[in-house]
Amino acid sequence: MTEETKKTKIGYYPGCAITKCSTSEEYGTSVLGVSRVIGPELVEIGDWNCCGASSAHATNHKLSTALSVRNISLAEKDGYDEVLAPCPMCSQRLIISQNDVHEDKKLREEVEDAIEMPVSSNVKVSNYLEIIKNYSMDEIAEKRKKKPEGLKVASYYGCLLLRPPKILKFDDPENPTTMDEIVAAIGAEAVDWEFKTNCCGGGFTLSRPNVVVKLTHDILEGAADAGANVIAVACPMCHANLDMRQKNIEKEYGRRFNIPIVYISELIGLALGLKPKDLGMDKHFIDTDFVVDAFSNIEE
Amino acid sequence: MSKKIGVFVCHCGTNISATVDVEKVAEEAKKNNPGVSYTTTYKYMCSDPGQKLLRDKIKEEGLDGVVVAACSPKMHEHTFRNASKKAGMNPYHVEISNLREQCSWVHPDKPTGTEKSIDLVRMMTEKTRKDKSLNPIKVPVTKRALVIGGGIAGIQAALDIADAGHEVVMVEREASIGGHMAQLSETFPTLDCSQCIMTPKMVELAQNENIKLYTWSEIEAVDGYLGNFDVKIRKKARSVDLDLCTGCSSCWQVCPSKKIKSEFDMKLGNRTAIYIPFPQAIPSKPVIDREHCLLFKDARKKNIPPNDSKVCRKCLDVCPIAPVKAIDYSQEDEIITEKIGAIVVATGYKELDDTSMYGEYGGGKYQDVITGLQFERLASASGPTEGEIQRPSDGKVPEIIVFIQCVGSRDPAKGCSYCSKTCCMYTAKHTMLYKHKVHDGHAYVFYIDIRCAGKDYEEFWLRAVEEEGATYLRGRVSRIYKKGDKLVVLGADTLTGSVVEIEADMVVLASAMKAQDDAEKFAQKLSIQYNKDKFFSEIHPKLKPVESSSAGIFLAGTCQGPKDIPETVAQAGAAASKVLALLSADELEREPVVAKVDRLPAPIFSTCIGCFYCKRVCPYGAIAEEDIKARDGSVIKTVARVNEGLCQGCGLCAATCRSKSVELAGFNDEQVYAEINSVEFS
Repeated sequence: MTEETKKTKIGYYPGCAITKCSTSEEYGTSVLGVSRVIGPELVEIGDWNCCGASSAHATNHKLSTALSVRNISLAEKDGYDEVLAPCPMCSQRLIISQNDVHEDKKLREEVEDAIEMPVSSNVKVSNYLEIIKNYSMDEIAEKRKKKPEGLKVASYYGCLLLRPPKILKFDDPENPTTMDEIVAAIGAEAVDWEFKTNCCGGGFTLSRPNVVVKLTHDILEGAADAGANVIAVACPMCHANLDMRQKNIEKEYGRRFNIPIVYISELIGLALGLKPKDLGMDKHFIDTDFVVDAFSNIEE
Repeated sequence: MSKKIGVFVCHCGTNISATVDVEKVAEEAKKNNPGVSYTTTYKYMCSDPGQKLLRDKIKEEGLDGVVVAACSPKMHEHTFRNASKKAGMNPYHVEISNLREQCSWVHPDKPTGTEKSIDLVRMMTEKTRKDKSLNPIKVPVTKRALVIGGGIAGIQAALDIADAGHEVVMVEREASIGGHMAQLSETFPTLDCSQCIMTPKMVELAQNENIKLYTWSEIEAVDGYLGNFDVKIRKKARSVDLDLCTGCSSCWQVCPSKKIKSEFDMKLGNRTAIYIPFPQAIPSKPVIDREHCLLFKDARKKNIPPNDSKVCRKCLDVCPIAPVKAIDYSQEDEIITEKIGAIVVATGYKELDDTSMYGEYGGGKYQDVITGLQFERLASASGPTEGEIQRPSDGKVPEIIVFIQCVGSRDPAKGCSYCSKTCCMYTAKHTMLYKHKVHDGHAYVFYIDIRCAGKDYEEFWLRAVEEEGATYLRGRVSRIYKKGDKLVVLGADTLTGSVVEIEADMVVLASAMKAQDDAEKFAQKLSIQYNKDKFFSEIHPKLKPVESSSAGIFLAGTCQGPKDIPETVAQAGAAASKVLALLSADELEREPVVAKVDRLPAPIFSTCIGCFYCKRVCPYGAIAEEDIKARDGSVIKTVARVNEGLCQGCGLCAATCRSKSVELAGFNDEQVYAEINSVEFS
């Protein structure tokens, strides 16, 4: 860690999906667990609220913007330079809202009026991959305890981490590599595959399940055909669709995949020697024992 | 002596008179403007009777200054100046007051329009009072043309100029002339073989005694001006003596480096290190690719002269020319200066290099996703597969082929908003060539719009659909990925509103026509303007389509913008005719509206302080540095001097000059301030 990055104070914004007792709790606990070992230090922003994803931004632009911006303004008030929102729905909403208020003066005034706080202009919002890449790559190499055996990882980014590229400005939107670099850093093999950024169907999982089944099937098939035995994700939505729907897909298409879907933070945690239970490895629909077992060798 | 000025107010039918009370404008001019001795109005001043009126009144009334209140000076300034010249007046005492474009067309009501017109006429009257006689500048003409680029545009222009009896110097940077047209298989809309119609022209050029050809050469610098250019040409070291070499082919047959990707075959085929780009190359004499040649590689590694390297001298050994061999490893670049009167720029285009831009189409990762020009080489009888359509990865004949149009065109998200104009037609042609060779195969085309505007063009693409059975799908492709040995093409059919998934064997991207990589630098070398896409700009998109922004430099072909062969040939002919008009006179007359840096008696010499801000802002490279010397030859001061041949009279230097040492003839400070001061500001 350089002198400069040491000073950066990072606020942690869990959002509804990964906070305690929520559906993707294991993502949140593994992110925090990993940060306690390799940093950077994460402190939860006080009094945070919903980011306005899905329902709010589909119905009322001003409301969704105000919801997001309030969180960033709270972070600035508490003196944070950067905010980590591990859920890409949150990070995307926060960044787009931040962008919107800076481009639209009228909206900015309305939002300031609504949140009764000035709009922050200095806080940077980051996704989880960015945080690991910018602060913790060396630490992973240093503090790695377990060497994965036979683990072939398909890094799956989905859409929200990368799009719209003009605003998010993260990695190559057509062929991202950040997660593959992290996979390589923990000593596993990142397979080259074609579906890194394909759509998983997202929120249509409830309203148009037939569409989602086809989309997720293509992703699972792509990973399996490329020789992957585990898919790493960094998004609760992707995780839910690929993990929860996998049995359905197998039945529908008559092909058994049985590919565990794990969060990238869980893989890092396993490599660091954290207890599988503390990482939430038992909270998956597709059994993750195979992944946990791959990390049984202690690195020399 | 004060001038007698006549004011002629034009109605322009009702164009001006509908919003301007022309009678009142004339009346006011006579009543209030000092120096005005005659005024009148006329329905169409530019008509023959209108011009006669002007001529007659200059004589009858003894006028020595004229203000014509009519349309923009861009339209008829020339007309009225010529008319006044015929009446015996110096034409630069005629000024135009623009009552149409800058007044009647933009103002809604008569009172405002009239009031402004009165002001405009007063301004030009004041300027006319300060006008001085100017005489056209005469420049001698070197009766020789330079054509830069040896593609179809350059070849056509060179032949047209040479056939009219003038000398032509052609400079081509590749080892052979021919350009992109020599690479094409067949041409639309007639499907005749491109090489069959191209090579006779190449031979004609080579045999024309008026044409001096420099291949493997580049333009180093262009100095001078219209009629009198000094052009420095860099003859790159070819390592082969063109006078001695007979093109016997022995050398490239023995060359051991056989796996170099051929640029001519768009990297689908191989060539040797000593090579001719294609069998019909002109000149049919090889060049050594010093980057890949074993001998030159070794010499570079050991840092020794190439002649001292002993790694491989097979080409030299086999060369049958005696006593002096035609191959010379020690050849160096040579700079040649040619005197030139007019220049045709025909530097062509470059096909979009898709590797970085289109990650969703594999970004160059998939061997079987190829570009339009690559398909041309596959379909060409002289290509790497001898005309059989085989996919690059395994040589399999593709049973299902997908063409994607507008790759790098009409795609503002990727930074290229223009239409490349040729791709609709060449894709239709590709589907036909494919079907003619692979009868059982199926071709799909993804398109945004079909733009086949041209003689017999619409019929041509309909033939692709109706007779050859190509399936056209209106929509874009979002992604291509590999599945086994197939390429899955994901796209949308926006007419049925459905998602399309095609498992193809090969995909052809209709890649955009882009400006050459070095177009910007080259334009700056020639002081010609270019647009945001780095295509060279013509002065007027409709009325001066082949003239560049620099006098004496003309544009032909795709360096000016995407176009197909018929249009390129037509434009090259047009550029040639402009060159011929220029070369037809012994002397050229130029507008005397040029800038001048003052010269004064000793000990001041000039008020110019030598800051050369003017040189920095001049878009035409017309400012030179001149040393003022004492009798003993020592430099007293360095000041600016305007080259009258290059100056276009834009006035930037005069506006920039901090010591007021530059004056623009016809627009000096006295004249411009007289105009401004005559306006009453309320």
